[in-house]
Amino acid sequence: MSPEVVVRARNLSKVYEMGEVEVRALRDVDLDLYSGELAVLLGASGSGKSTLLNIVGGLDRPTSGTLHYHDRDLSEADDEELTMYRRRHVGFVFQLYNLIPSLTARENVSLVSEIASNPMTPEEALTLVGLGDRLDHFPAQLSGGEQQRVAIARAVTKQPDVLLCDEPTGALDAETGKLVLGVIDQVNRETGTTTAIITHNVAIGGLGDRVIRMSSGEIADITINEKRADLAGISW
Amino acid sequence: MIRLRALDRKMLRELWRLRGQLLSIGLVVATAVTTLVTMRGTYEALVRARGEYYRDYRLADVWSSLERAPNSLESRLENIAGVADVETRVTWYATLDLPWLEAPGQGLFVSVPESGRAEVDDIMVRIGRYVRPGRANEVMVSEAFFLANGLVLGDTIRAVLNGVRRDMEVVGAAISPTHSYSVPPGALYPDDERYGLFWMSEAVLGPNLDMEDGFNEVAVTLAPGANEVAVIRELDRILDPYGGLGAYGREDQLSYKILNDELESNRTMGTAFPMVFLGVAAFLLNLVLGRLISTQRTEIGSLKAIGYTNREVGLHFLSYSVAAVGLGTLLGALGGVWAGDAMVGQYEEYFKLPTLQYRLSWSLVLIGGGISLLAAVLGGSGAVRRATRLAPAEAMRPEPPARFAPGIVERAGVGEVVSTGTRLILRNLERRPVRAALSSLGVAFSVAILVIGMFMFDGIDLMMDLQFRVAQREDLTVAFNRELGIDVRHELARVPGVTSVEPFVMIPARLRSGHREREIPITGLEVDGRLRRIVSEDGRVHPLPMSGLVLSRMLADRLDVSRGDTVTVVALTGLRQTELYPVTDIVDDLLGVAAYLNVNELRRLTREGLRASGAFLLTDGVRDEDVNAELKRAPAVASVVSPATMLESFQDQLDDSLLIAVFFIVGFASVISVAVIYNGTRIALSERGRELASLRVLGFTRREVATLLFGEQAVITIFAIPIGWGIGYGLAYLVVQALASETYRIPLVVSMQTYTWTTAITLVAAAASAALVRRRLDRMDLIAVLKTRE
Repeated sequence: MSPEVVVRARNLSKVYEMGEVEVRALRDVDLDLYSGELAVLLGASGSGKSTLLNIVGGLDRPTSGTLHYHDRDLSEADDEELTMYRRRHVGFVFQLYNLIPSLTARENVSLVSEIASNPMTPEEALTLVGLGDRLDHFPAQLSGGEQQRVAIARAVTKQPDVLLCDEPTGALDAETGKLVLGVIDQVNRETGTTTAIITHNVAIGGLGDRVIRMSSGEIADITINEKRADLAGISW
Repeated sequence: MIRLRALDRKMLRELWRLRGQLLSIGLVVATAVTTLVTMRGTYEALVRARGEYYRDYRLADVWSSLERAPNSLESRLENIAGVADVETRVTWYATLDLPWLEAPGQGLFVSVPESGRAEVDDIMVRIGRYVRPGRANEVMVSEAFFLANGLVLGDTIRAVLNGVRRDMEVVGAAISPTHSYSVPPGALYPDDERYGLFWMSEAVLGPNLDMEDGFNEVAVTLAPGANEVAVIRELDRILDPYGGLGAYGREDQLSYKILNDELESNRTMGTAFPMVFLGVAAFLLNLVLGRLISTQRTEIGSLKAIGYTNREVGLHFLSYSVAAVGLGTLLGALGGVWAGDAMVGQYEEYFKLPTLQYRLSWSLVLIGGGISLLAAVLGGSGAVRRATRLAPAEAMRPEPPARFAPGIVERAGVGEVVSTGTRLILRNLERRPVRAALSSLGVAFSVAILVIGMFMFDGIDLMMDLQFRVAQREDLTVAFNRELGIDVRHELARVPGVTSVEPFVMIPARLRSGHREREIPITGLEVDGRLRRIVSEDGRVHPLPMSGLVLSRMLADRLDVSRGDTVTVVALTGLRQTELYPVTDIVDDLLGVAAYLNVNELRRLTREGLRASGAFLLTDGVRDEDVNAELKRAPAVASVVSPATMLESFQDQLDDSLLIAVFFIVGFASVISVAVIYNGTRIALSERGRELASLRVLGFTRREVATLLFGEQAVITIFAIPIGWGIGYGLAYLVVQALASETYRIPLVVSMQTYTWTTAITLVAAAASAALVRRRLDRMDLIAVLKTRE
């Protein structure tokens, strides 16, 4: 039996107006995300992978094309519907963490657990990412890696159906980056959350069930890994 | 314990972090609310107290003076349809011999019922007691006179009543709504040392003045729904044979009119100033909160990304507005209680309304707070909407590099000679011209408020200067207690120390044009007179024409006549002749309203030979004491007024009340300047922190970076100043129009000094704001700033 498709995107295109320049960020992209898998979107800067992930996560709308979450058509969803989609089903991890500086680690996670329908407690979420002892620290008192783990805890506390990570290690050194990837990997395995990681780091590709390579706004190719690599064997 | 949601905690911490900015915005709201609550609240207190005073002491609705009528006439007056109560009395001007004063004083003696109280125009005894029946020498004096002369109960006052010296014992001091504003005849302003009211028993006063069983003044109250005009007509008809001088209603009664005018201007100020402040506060709240929330674009994006709805995000950020306005309203109410008490305290001395008391009006607080909140919410929600309209992915991204183009400097071809720093400043301004213009407008409003706060000094200076140095050039104005033959000029000229004498005539008259009429004394001046001149607000001296009337603009407007029209003039003395006079000139004068005629023309009206009601005197300045003493001894002299003394008392009074107002206005305008400039700079710092940090990393000094940041604000401020002058001038025009009354019209002049002061205060406020932000700029963590938003 083939795995269930959680997110289905067809013919997605996105054109940005950046100042006076028009940028075609996505060109007719088709993408499926399967239940429980860990997909790695690999591509150089500007290849369109962030744009794709933002559209899949309901943070942005495509210029054209369709997007389905299970049977729900999100292509024409209004702001309200997209907000509810994100609120109920999607967890995000950003390259720059995007924590609220005026809230502690626990409160940053609470921010999401308070509006989720079936959340784990902030303490559970932070313990899951190995920060059970840093609950009351403000972002400014945490290292980059710790901040990113708070961001992961914030994303997984709602027990999302889809976890989307945009360059989660981009602002971190290799050692810390591996730690963070380990947490994502662990969440994916333990909770079965459909996970997508964006990276420009080829070495990370081995971690996923599938590696989707992007270039110039198009999917160049998709590789299926027979076996997900062990984090210990990866280095960059 | 209440469990706060994470979002609420974030709100509380953010509010604390932004406390400086929110406080400064709150203070703007506070100034607006305080102004509204104080000024409008004071007006309401005055109106309330006036109503109670008039009711409790039964102020008449219609009055009339006459020469003499028998008491038996009273029943006829009571039968006039629409009349409720009638009070007849005797009033008389008498010279006072006050040994402690150089000049003779003057008293208006008014009879009061010997037993019981007057049914109309009662008095309120404030010190001592009411006169007792059968005590011939007892008198109650007006409280102002009592206090100004430091009298004590039991003191003796000597007056010349009908040519006879009498000593009277002061048994009480009183006030009365009929004489709340008591002015010596011929003077413009009260002179409490030399002029007072004297209430004596009618059983005593009448016989002393050959008025036994008679009266020369009547006051009536009207029944509900009565027709005032009809009552006046009937009174005039009945009193005409008895030398009636024309009945008049409250609108023409001096004390009522003055108080009413004062309350009118109080209402105007109490409405206009708060409106200006609220308007400016609303504008600033809109502008500043909008920008403040715009800087939170990334956070708004993050909150949306993790699933918060636009509504939740919107309400969260609107808390900034609510907090600032709430704090401001609270401070404003507190300030209003304090300032309102102080202001009413000032007015208490001035208006003498017994029940005057300030009460904080919560409805005014709510109006002030409500308008501010509306503005804040509109300003805040605009920014929230702009931020939430963006897809979260975009909101979280740094804003795309702004479009820059060669600026005005380059286009003008002077790029080479202008430093990079200057170019950066100018380009930034050019990139957001609307924002720069709005910020400039915000500062301009504070300049404008300073202008309208200070220009009144200029106007009053000019008014005083014109009145007392150009128009009234005499050293003394002497008024006689009856008309004298013209020969009196020679007698006066013989008084040692008097160098020049110009007699004048003043007769009560009724001016009529169509259905409009107005009772006003006509002043007859000599054509070649040099001491008293007719001067308009532009300083021009209007020569008295050989024939025809010269009218104050305000009087001409009331009569709806213009130059060349004909006015019917009825003399209210003597044979009561009626004459037609053309209006030869209309003058935009500043104090009071007047009608002037050439003294020879006036003779045509009175059918009398050359008479004098008084005279203007010049003295040699050496023997002034002798002149005063001599005049004091003359029984025909009712009053001696020195314009210099009048000027002094007028200025004292104005300075007191104006200084307080100016103190408030300067404070408030400074708050606004600081709020605009401080917030503008703070927000610019958060918007451009990265750029400035980059420059620091590249080797710019703190000073150079500060110059870049503050340079922009400096340009905005410098542009604002002339704009503010313009707006201020416009507002000053409106204030002048609104304040114009028959008592005085402040001319619209704004002096160089005012412009200089407004500029200086604005620059100081700008420098203070810059100093506050400079501390933050100096402490900027370069690495941290550069790390964010990679």
